[in-house]
Amino acid sequence: MTAHDVLEVAEGWRRAGRKVALATVIETWGSAPRPVGSHLVVDDEGNFEGSVSGGCVEGAVVTEAIEAIAEKKPRILEFGVADETAWRVGLSCGGRIRIHVEPVE
Amino acid sequence: MRLAILEALNAERLARRAAALATQLKGGEVRLVKASDVAADPLGEEIAARFRSGQSGIVETPAGDVFLTISVPPPRLVVIGAVHITQALAPMAAIAGFDVTIIDPRTAFATPERFPDATLVADWPEDVLKKRPFDAYTALAAVTHDPKIDDIPIIAALQAGSFYVGALGSRKTHAKRVDRLTAAGVSAEDIARIKAPIGLDIGGRSPAELAVSVLAQVVAALRKGEVAR
Repeated sequence: MTAHDVLEVAEGWRRAGRKVALATVIETWGSAPRPVGSHLVVDDEGNFEGSVSGGCVEGAVVTEAIEAIAEKKPRILEFGVADETAWRVGLSCGGRIRIHVEPVE
Repeated sequence: MRLAILEALNAERLARRAAALATQLKGGEVRLVKASDVAADPLGEEIAARFRSGQSGIVETPAGDVFLTISVPPPRLVVIGAVHITQALAPMAAIAGFDVTIIDPRTAFATPERFPDATLVADWPEDVLKKRPFDAYTALAAVTHDPKIDDIPIIAALQAGSFYVGALGSRKTHAKRVDRLTAAGVSAEDIARIKAPIGLDIGGRSPAELAVSVLAQVVAALRKGEVAR
């Protein structure tokens, strides 16, 4: 699914009354699986479309997105080998990524 | 981000216009910068450069880091002429990521058998253009050799600011074309934008080799030229 489609999905879900957050890759180091600008849209029930890491950290991003929706505030996440939690969430490709998560109000 | 901003961004995408979201990473404030607003925007120069590269990314500003989500339309290649070169050019351009349309009113040329996987329109370019006009993110390759078919789309692409306008034909053929376009009121500056003879000079001989030279010239115009306007 292209970035274009993800943004349309985000709009469609929000218009349908669902609570939605948009996650965007804002910075990458090393061999990050998805380029800067890649999007993932998440609703408050954990449904998602798109990709920010090709599957490595989507689970963690979805959890954070649900919290951001509840809090109604954007947050910035970082995953990578420099971070011990990286192994827990599985960004094993050796890269590092920073993700901006923002609720769509 | 407010839903209204997302809706406005998607409307620009649908209309095939470049747009950017500028997100203040501290605080999360978001604004939409349309292509028409770039000149007046404080980050205009940076955004204009990124419209050309298509790259999203962070810029440092006195007020802190700003993330620019860059949205540019997928490039389109319109080929006038369902000829031998086009049979090679269309699949090559599709592989390179272009949305390819072939237009030729001559139904003997424009057959699905000759172009099994392409968007093929067996109609006059001027009629097709009414429904789907050229824009800045369109490349035009006019390869019929027939002024009755080629000239109108060439003029339309120049007027639309299409990022690439190439026309097949020898220097002599092109000199005659220049005379016709000048008589039709096209400016010398616009005429100078036409790549003719079409394609990079790589010594190509076969239709497929010519297609490579045309595609390379189109990519160069997209990646190194002034696409955004």
